[in-house]
Amino acid sequence: MNSNSIDATAEKGTSLWEDAWIKLRKNRLALIGLGLLIFLCVVSLLTPWIAPYGYEEQDLLMGATPPSAEHWLGTDIFGRDMLTRIMWGGRVSLMVGFIATAVALAIGVIYGAVAGYVGGRVDAVMMRLVDILYALPFMIFIILLMVVFGRNLLLLFFAIGAVEWLTMARIVRGQVMSLRKQEFVEAAHSLGLSQWIIIRRHIIPNTLGPVIVYTTLTIPSVMLLEAFLSFLGLGIQPPQSSWGLLINYGVETMEEYPWLLIFPGIALSLTLFALNFLGDGLRDALDPRTAKD
Amino acid sequence: MFRFALGRLLQAIPVLLVVITMTFMLVHSAPGGPFSADKAVPAEVLEALEAQYNLDQPLWQQYISYLGDVVQGDMGPSFKYPGRSVNELIYSGLGTTAELGFYAMLVAIFIGVIAGVTASMRPNTMQDYVPMTAAMIGICMPSFLLGPLLVLVFGIHLEWLPVSGWNQIPGDKILPAITLGTGYAAYIARLSRGGMLEVLSQDYIRTARAKGLSEFLIIGKHALRGGLIPVVAFLGPAFAGLLGGSFVVETIYQIPGLGRFYVQAAFNRDYTMILGTTVFFATLIILFNLLSDMLAVWLNPKLRQQVRGEG
Repeated sequence: MNSNSIDATAEKGTSLWEDAWIKLRKNRLALIGLGLLIFLCVVSLLTPWIAPYGYEEQDLLMGATPPSAEHWLGTDIFGRDMLTRIMWGGRVSLMVGFIATAVALAIGVIYGAVAGYVGGRVDAVMMRLVDILYALPFMIFIILLMVVFGRNLLLLFFAIGAVEWLTMARIVRGQVMSLRKQEFVEAAHSLGLSQWIIIRRHIIPNTLGPVIVYTTLTIPSVMLLEAFLSFLGLGIQPPQSSWGLLINYGVETMEEYPWLLIFPGIALSLTLFALNFLGDGLRDALDPRTAKD
Repeated sequence: MFRFALGRLLQAIPVLLVVITMTFMLVHSAPGGPFSADKAVPAEVLEALEAQYNLDQPLWQQYISYLGDVVQGDMGPSFKYPGRSVNELIYSGLGTTAELGFYAMLVAIFIGVIAGVTASMRPNTMQDYVPMTAAMIGICMPSFLLGPLLVLVFGIHLEWLPVSGWNQIPGDKILPAITLGTGYAAYIARLSRGGMLEVLSQDYIRTARAKGLSEFLIIGKHALRGGLIPVVAFLGPAFAGLLGGSFVVETIYQIPGLGRFYVQAAFNRDYTMILGTTVFFATLIILFNLLSDMLAVWLNPKLRQQVRGEG
């Protein structure tokens, strides 16, 4: 027979990323999460232009009203439009989530990669330090920092980021350690490839998967931490607002005006949902052990 | 086992020292003294107060004497509640918080393990999806949202349960325990599902099946012990989270526990109280991590051998 028919049926090679995308596309919940997240980010970016009312626009005479045609999500006790407030609050919540995670990512990846790649005594000391830090009551330290230095947004980013890097460092270190001993890295060495090419071509792409997955799962826990602090009145400070702060206000008046609690609550929960489902989906998709079909 | 525990206990000492030093330095670098908030305090009164609380001494001297006091278990006086010591305040709140945490943990373990084991028995069926989706909701529903919603539904609309207080009306412990426990139930469900799935595919389970043991015996006697190791390992860190959760739950339900004291101390800038509770929390967390590690070693024969080899 001719060789063309064999070629046609032969499996086309796919890269890890193509594989992952194929698998992720089949996970409906993860896709919904991804879509929701993109939607939220776009809305947050465009809030200054698309918010239905001004951020400080209030109507004291109107006061709190339930959802209506003019105010889709109702108004708060100062007559401020809730949709507008939730949109502006979401900007802060998402920003804290992304920036604090980026801080954690930067510290964790560098720390873990150095420990894993250098190995030996350096690694032992570095990981011992991580173990010690794990044992500290960090939530309490963040509260302490906010009390001592005042409630400052920048400080909040770094305080949360400085707490969340530990697990990232462990993951990256483990990954790098195991990669260093793999045959394909040894093969690359014996082929005479330079250290830098090995790191770039083999180590980084193979660590990327777990790092992406863990990053996706860190963002919701960071957002939760911010909301938690704001709820206690120790995080974001008015006139800035975040979903946690809106929930805090909502609780105070929930008997008379339950929508002031429910809508910010839905916004926060949905976002956490989206991020968690996307993270779980990515974990399954980037795991080479799961079949792609 | 004893040497393992002793070794870990010795390691805890430098960690605690770091915690005390960091907290002490942070608190003392705070702008404004604890009395500067109250306006119009005459200078001589301020001096007298500072002398009373040793604030007029150089920092290192204060640190040394504080360290000495802490080693003897004395956390010093409270700045905001004159005449009461931090020890008294911690002692008065500890029982309540411990009780709340205990009930919350019961709720979490009971619901979590049942949901996780149920899900692991028939993976990728409805019996798996339903409890796991519920667990995802539990994880995404923070306690400061779940609590008020429960109050709104069961306390205000249905009027089934009291909405605040502790130990005053029968049933006032139910909502706080559920609020605090739900998030942990969700994590425990996921962990126990994962652990059980791992164990159920092992050879000794196949052997048990081949012997013709009932499913109940297989799960209850053979699989559970290994399958719950991740859950046990989670209990130590969970305890730390439980303390944090108690801040929120005690604030929502107005429970006079340690968590509420801490948040109030943070608001009042009651520095000695913050310092004392932080040190106390850190000690507790380290202790519970140690206990959870020891339990994990005891449950897992492989780890037990490793520990023996080291010891």
